[in-house]
Amino acid sequence: MSATDTETTGGKALRGAAQQKLLAFASLIALVIGFSLASPNFFQVSNIMAILQATSVNGVLAVGVTLIIITGGIDLSIGTLMTFCAVMTGVVLTWAGMPLILGVLTAIATGALCGLISGTFVAKMKIPPFIATLGMMLMLKGLSLIVTGTKPIYFNDTPGFTDIAQGSLLGTVLPAFPVPNGVVVLFLVAAVAAWILSRTVLGRYTFALGSNEEAVRLSGVNTDAWKMAIYALAGGIVGIGGLLIASRLNSAQPALGLGYELEAIAAVVIGGTSLAGGRGTILGTLIGALIMSVLTNGLRVLSVAPEWQTVVTGAIIIAAVYADQLRRRTAS
Amino acid sequence: MFTRRILIGAVAALTLAGSAGGVFAQDQMYIPLISKGFQHQFWQAVKAGADKAGEELGVRVTFEGPDNETQVDKQLDMLSAALANKPAAIGFAALDSQAAIPLLRKAQEANIPIIAFDSGVDSDIPVATAATDNIAAAAMAADKMAEALGDAGKVAVVAHDQTSRTGVDRRDGFVNRMEEAHPGVEIVAVEYGDGDHLKSTEITKALLTAHPDLNGIFGTNEGSAIGVVNGVRESGAQGITIVGYDSGKAQTDAIREGLMAGAITQNPVGIGYETVKAAVAAAKGETVEKNIDTGFFWYDKSNIDNPEIAAVLYD
Repeated sequence: MSATDTETTGGKALRGAAQQKLLAFASLIALVIGFSLASPNFFQVSNIMAILQATSVNGVLAVGVTLIIITGGIDLSIGTLMTFCAVMTGVVLTWAGMPLILGVLTAIATGALCGLISGTFVAKMKIPPFIATLGMMLMLKGLSLIVTGTKPIYFNDTPGFTDIAQGSLLGTVLPAFPVPNGVVVLFLVAAVAAWILSRTVLGRYTFALGSNEEAVRLSGVNTDAWKMAIYALAGGIVGIGGLLIASRLNSAQPALGLGYELEAIAAVVIGGTSLAGGRGTILGTLIGALIMSVLTNGLRVLSVAPEWQTVVTGAIIIAAVYADQLRRRTAS
Repeated sequence: MFTRRILIGAVAALTLAGSAGGVFAQDQMYIPLISKGFQHQFWQAVKAGADKAGEELGVRVTFEGPDNETQVDKQLDMLSAALANKPAAIGFAALDSQAAIPLLRKAQEANIPIIAFDSGVDSDIPVATAATDNIAAAAMAADKMAEALGDAGKVAVVAHDQTSRTGVDRRDGFVNRMEEAHPGVEIVAVEYGDGDHLKSTEITKALLTAHPDLNGIFGTNEGSAIGVVNGVRESGAQGITIVGYDSGKAQTDAIREGLMAGAITQNPVGIGYETVKAAVAAAKGETVEKNIDTGFFWYDKSNIDNPEIAAVLYD
């Protein structure tokens, strides 16, 4: 269609994508330096770990939704899907008393199944992604409340469950870097997603669907099936997010989740992924998620009034996307 | 390059603007309050009380809470950020006590005293809890009810919860006081409506059918009290004395219209004030009372517009 679509394959595109990542990364570094200069309490190991911990759930959700956004779609259900996966894990572990590994698998399977359902709505029933996933968002929110009877499910009977997000395997090896496991999970998920995007057929079709779905279909590809596969994959990743938040809170909180989708989408956009589809990177999303949590934590450490924190976060999103626009205008 | 410079510049400017707003006086004692919310009028009143105490005692107070009471993880992030600032003490109203325990332990290890406020924290880590004495407050509701009935008649209770601390305390506070001090007033029924308007309405109508000679009903929280008002209105029963709890527009309107005799209001300003006061004392190593009663008021048609009462009511 336009220059943006060819960017992912052309030589200029590679330079553009690299520049975007550099830009986002430079902003992240600038933020960290700025906050460190402003407050001696910011750049402390414990606070950096707190920032990483705060990034883990949003980061995983953002990685999942990046895949869908690259296809030109959107998924508004990821926040409440995360909660629903946490709830189902609670049902399996706490109510049914099954072993930990089954709880982990339940979270991922629930996410993938719900993703597949969303994908079916979008691909087979031709419901616009915004509407289809809005419907899913509400259904899943309701289902979480129904299953739990609106009360949290605690994981007190599952030893080791809180270690999934809160423990630190890395810290036992390198005591100076007590990186929480949840953060390691985030980086692993991101690495796998980046690999899928850049090295597999699924990844190639993800970009192709977002660039020109019609052309892909006309070349004889079963676009519906690929699209459903991408939604299911994203759902599975969200399931991992559900596992992390349940582990962090030692409970499945059924009312939680609404609004988390927008935070994840914000991280994706700050990371340079285009909402129009066809363009985006996992590394960018990861940096975007880190920018969001560094900003939130830093403003808190500086004791900026909560009202102003929201204003600043909004302004940063606008600034990040505008900077990206300017760069691409000068590039073309 | 041009755009990157702009962005970095903007970020740096924002950062500096942020730090300039904070005005750091390092020798000043710093006490963050992590609440269950901050936009709601109730929490704004708690904040006002905390700020007042901060000014009087010369300590720096910040007040923060998530957008709504479901965001347990956001509250933990706030608590983490507060801990990073090495505060003298922390005020904390837990959304979920269990989820907060690892961070509270961290505070304990760093010798940062925790003061629980509003509903308390289900743990022995907090050195004090600043909250409404619900038993005493409900006892006052019983006294007012008995007074309105001339110490004789039949009353019922529509409670919001059978298991939560506030539900149990308000029910027992009312019932026990009535039995001890007002033997002429008989409690004929205690029902539970989950604080849900509609459920409480249905319960009230059923109560009025079952006890046609009922003289008064006590609703133990905002939702229950509004349900009682609606139930009495819908059934058309006359001469029922209704006593409520907390405020909210529907309840204050019912009091102004004369449909409700009056209600107990908690004192959110007092909750904020006492939390900061206890935090300062604990930080200085002074002993603080384990349970701090933050006070409550009775309000009815006659005093609803008094500045002292209006300050603790919310719509």
